[in-house]
Amino acid sequence: MTNLSRRTLLQAMGTGALATALASLPTFAQDRTAIRIGYAVSKTGANAGGAGISTIPNYLLWVDDVNKAGGLELSKLGVTLPLEVTEYDDRSSAEETVRAIERLATQDNVDFILPSWGTGSNLAAGPTFDRFGFPQLAGTAVTDMAPQLAQRWKNSFWFLGGGHDYANALVNLLVKQRDAGAINNKVAIASVADGFGIDLSKAATPAFEAAGFELVYDKTYPLGTSDFAPIINEVSGLGVDTFVAFSYPPDTFALTQQAVVANFSPKVFYLGVGTAFPIYPNVAGPNHNGVMGVGGIDPDSEAIAAYFERHTALVGQAPDSWASAVTYASLEILGQAITRVGDLDKSAVAAEIASGEFDTILGKVKLVDNQLRALWTVGQWQDGKFVGLAHTEGKAAREPVVPKPAWVPAS
Amino acid sequence: MILLVSLLALAALAAVPFFVGAYPLGLGIGILGYGALATAWALFSGPTRYISLATVAFFGIGAYTVAVLADLMPYPLVLLCAALIGLVVALLVGLATLRLAGIYFVIFTFGLAELVRQLVTYYEVNVTRTLGRYVFLPIGPEHIYWQLLGLLAVTLALAFWISRAKIGLALRVIGDDPVVASHLGVRITRTKLALFSLSAVAMTLAGAIQAPRWTYIEPSIVFNPTVSFLTVIMALLGGPNRLFGPLLGAVPLFLLFEWLSANFPNHYSIILGLLFIAIVFLLPNGVLAAWDKFAARLKNKEASA
Amino acid sequence: MRFSAILTGLVLGGTYALIAMGLTLQYGVARIMNLAYGDLIIAGSFCAMLLFTAMGINPLIALFIVVPLGFALSWLVYALMLQPLARRSPNRDRLEGDSILATFGLLFVIQGVALVLFGANYQSYSFLAVPIDVLGTTIAANRLLAFALAVLFGVGLWLLLTRTRFGTVIRAVAANPGSAPLVGINVDHVARLAFALGGGLAAAGGVVVSMYLTFSATMGVIFTMKALIVVIMGGVGNLLGALAAGLILGVVETLVSSFIDPGLTLAATYLIFLAVLVVRPQGLFGKAAR
Repeated sequence: MTNLSRRTLLQAMGTGALATALASLPTFAQDRTAIRIGYAVSKTGANAGGAGISTIPNYLLWVDDVNKAGGLELSKLGVTLPLEVTEYDDRSSAEETVRAIERLATQDNVDFILPSWGTGSNLAAGPTFDRFGFPQLAGTAVTDMAPQLAQRWKNSFWFLGGGHDYANALVNLLVKQRDAGAINNKVAIASVADGFGIDLSKAATPAFEAAGFELVYDKTYPLGTSDFAPIINEVSGLGVDTFVAFSYPPDTFALTQQAVVANFSPKVFYLGVGTAFPIYPNVAGPNHNGVMGVGGIDPDSEAIAAYFERHTALVGQAPDSWASAVTYASLEILGQAITRVGDLDKSAVAAEIASGEFDTILGKVKLVDNQLRALWTVGQWQDGKFVGLAHTEGKAAREPVVPKPAWVPAS
Repeated sequence: MILLVSLLALAALAAVPFFVGAYPLGLGIGILGYGALATAWALFSGPTRYISLATVAFFGIGAYTVAVLADLMPYPLVLLCAALIGLVVALLVGLATLRLAGIYFVIFTFGLAELVRQLVTYYEVNVTRTLGRYVFLPIGPEHIYWQLLGLLAVTLALAFWISRAKIGLALRVIGDDPVVASHLGVRITRTKLALFSLSAVAMTLAGAIQAPRWTYIEPSIVFNPTVSFLTVIMALLGGPNRLFGPLLGAVPLFLLFEWLSANFPNHYSIILGLLFIAIVFLLPNGVLAAWDKFAARLKNKEASA
Repeated sequence: MRFSAILTGLVLGGTYALIAMGLTLQYGVARIMNLAYGDLIIAGSFCAMLLFTAMGINPLIALFIVVPLGFALSWLVYALMLQPLARRSPNRDRLEGDSILATFGLLFVIQGVALVLFGANYQSYSFLAVPIDVLGTTIAANRLLAFALAVLFGVGLWLLLTRTRFGTVIRAVAANPGSAPLVGINVDHVARLAFALGGGLAAAGGVVVSMYLTFSATMGVIFTMKALIVVIMGGVGNLLGALAAGLILGVVETLVSSFIDPGLTLAATYLIFLAVLVVRPQGLFGKAAR
C-alpha cells in the first residue's frame, strides 16, 4: 500500500467516524446540507417490473421537482435544504426490504424512508417502520386490512385502498349498465392466483351475486401462466357480455392479444394491473380503446396533465394511470408536512400527514384514519387516456363507453 | 477442547444482540439463516454429491406452517409441527427420488419445490379463499437471531457427528461410487433417506423461525426459488464436504450481496456476475481449500526461513 | 371441444419445445448446465423488439440477424469462459458444479446489461397476431410459427445428428467425450460448436416468443427452468425427446385448463414431469445410466 492511498484511507475513516459522531448529536441547522431521503426498491427480481413503472420513477421525479424548486424550507431551523437520496436494491425479497430499512434507519441515519413496491413488501416493512418511528407512505399496497394496519402501526398510511373498493365500484358500474339494458346478466371472471387477484375476486364474487348477476365462469389461474387460449376459448362460448380478469401485467397483455386473436369481443372487457400502463396501447394497438381496468385518472385535471409531462420529460415514459399519480401525491404530502412542521421531527411530520389537508396533483387531499379514501377505482381507455369512470367519493367522472368498439383484427 | 471452544464461540455469538444495533442484528439474522440453510443442504448433498434444489420447498413449508398455526397453539409447539411436516414430506420425496441421479435429481427437486408452491396456492385460493396470511407474533429480531443460532449450532453438531460416525463414511462411499457402496453392504437407501430427512427438517425450521420477521406470508415470497439457488451457490463456494465449508461460503457471499446492493444498486447484477465468474476461476476448490493452500504456503515459507 | 383443446395444447407445447431445443444440445453435447440459457432467450427477444420497433424490421427477417448473433456470442462464451473449465475438470461432477457457478454469474451479467439498457419494465409488441383457422380451431399465427419452428428444428437436427457424418461426431462426443479423441475427434471443437448451435437456437426461440409473450429483463430464469424441465423430461441431449416432452406438457396444460381447472395447470405439468421421472429416471428418450 502506498503512502498516498493509506492517507486517503485514513482520511476516509476519519470522515466516517466524524459523520457517525455528528449524527448522534442533536441536529443543528449548520450541520445540515441536505434532507436525507432513503429508500430500498426492487431493481431486480420479480417485483422489478412493477417498481420500475409505479415506484422508482416517481421517487426520482419528486426529488427532482423538490430540488429544482430549491428544496424544502425548514422554518424552525431557518434553512431551505435540498433532498439527498440513499438508495438500495431490495432484490424483491421481503427479508432484504426489512434489513434495508434497518440499515437506512440506524446506519445511514436518513431523515425519512420511502417504501418498496407492492402489498407484500409494504406489509413486511410495517413493523420495522413502526419500530423506528418513521412514517410509512404505502402508495402501492392494496389491502382490505388497511384500517387494522393503520391502528397497529400508528405512523403507517395506506394510499391505494383495498380489494373491496375496486370490486364494489366495478359491480356498481355494471349494475347501471345492465339496468340500462346495455349488457346482459352474464359475467365471466378469471383471476390470477396471487394476493392481488384473490383479494379482488374474493370481494367481487359475492358482490356480483348479490347484484343478481349470473357468474358463468369464475376461475383462477396460476402466476406465470403464458397461454390463455383455453380460458378465452371457453369463455367465448358462454355468451357473456362482461369479461373480468383480475390479472397481473404479463397476463393482462396476453389476455388482450388472445381475446383479439379469438375474436372474443365482449361489450365490457375489464383487466387488472397493467391496463393503466403506458405500454398497454402499444401492446393492444387500436384495440386498447374502450378496454376497462383498475385505476384511472382525471382527464380534465391540469395538475395531472402537467405531472404527465414532467414525468415523461424526466423518465422518458409516461406514468401509469393508477398507482403512479397516487404515489407521487403521497410524496407531495410528505414534503408539505415537513415544511409545515418546519423541522425533521418524524412523529410531528406523521401527525401532520394524518391530520392535515394537502394540495396534490390529485386535488385537495385529507387522509381518513391514515388512509387515502379518494380513489379512482375503475378506468377506461378513451381517446388515448385511461380516464376514471368511478371514484370512491363520486367525483365527476366520464361516462363508460359500453359496448366498447369491436376488436380490429391484426393485419 | 473442541467442545470448550465451540461453546465459548456460541456464547459469544449469543451475546451479540446485546451489543449491536438493529442493522448489524439484521445482518446476523440473514447470515445465520443462510448459514443454517447451506449447512443443512451440505449435510445431505456434500457427501452424496446430489445437488438438491428443493431447499425452498421445505423452507416455505416451515414458514407456512407458522402462518397457519401461530394463532392456534403455543409457539414451540408450532415449531415442532413444522419440523414434523417437513419430516413427512422429506420421507415421501426421498422415497420418490431414490432412482434419480445427476442432473435428473437436480431438476426433479426443482420441479418438486414448484409443485409444492402450486398446491399450496391452489389450496389457499380454493379452500380458504385467502392468499397471503398475516403473522403477528411477539417475536423480536433478537429472538429470531437466537433461534437461528441454535439451529445452526445443532446442524453443525449433527454434521460433525455424521462425519465421525459410520453413517458418514457410508455416505462418502455412496458419493464416490454407489456400486462399490452396495457391494460393501452399505444400506444406501436407508442412509440416504435418513440424511435427506435430517437436512430437510433443518431447512423447514429455518423457514419457520424467520416467518415472524416478514409479517406477511404468500407463496411468491416464501417459495421463491432464489433461496434454493443461493443455498447451493453458497455451499458450493465454501466447499460442501467440509464442516464449516457451507458456512464460510455463506458469510462472505451474504456480505458481498449486501455491499454490492448498497453501493452499486444500479449495476449490482453485472458486478455480481463478473465476481462469480472470477471466483470460479480463482478459487476452483472453494474458499476453505484456497485458505488451506494459502496456509500451507505460509508454513512452507516459515519452514524455509 | 376436446379436439380443439388438444390442438391448442400442441401449439403451446411447440413453444415449450422450441425454447428447450438449444439447451438439450448444450447440455447433452457440451455438458454445460447453462443457467444463463433463458437470459440468452430474453436477449434475443430484446433484439427482435428493438429491430422491430426502432427500425421496422420484420421479426421473421430479424431471425437471420439475431440467430447468428446468438451463435457468435455463445461461441465466444464457450471459448473464453467454459472451455478452460472443461479442460481443468477431472470429471463430470466437477464440470457440472463449476459450470453451474460460472453460468450463474453469466446470468447476472446478461441480466444486468439488459437492466441498464432497457430498465426493468415489461416489454411487449405484437406481430403476426393473426387468427388462423386450423381444422375449425382458431390459433394465433405467431404461436403456430413457434410450433412449426420447433418441429423443424427438432426433426431437422435429429436427422442431422443421426444421418450425417458430422452428426455421428457430435453423438460420439455426447456419448463418450473420453474416448472420442482416440478416433481423431477434436472434442473441444465439437463441444464449442454444439454450445454455439444451442445459443443460436435460444436466440431463435427468443425472437419467436417475443412476438406474443410479454418479457422483461429479469424473466430469463423462468425460461431457463421451463427449458430444463422439458430437457430433463425428454432425456438429456435428445432433440426428439425435447420435442415430445414439450408437446406433452403443452397438451396436459391445455387439457387441465379446459376440463379440470385453470388453477391447476402448472401443478399438473410439474406432476407429470415428476411422474415421468419416477417411472423413467433417465427421461422419456434418455439412455439408462450415464
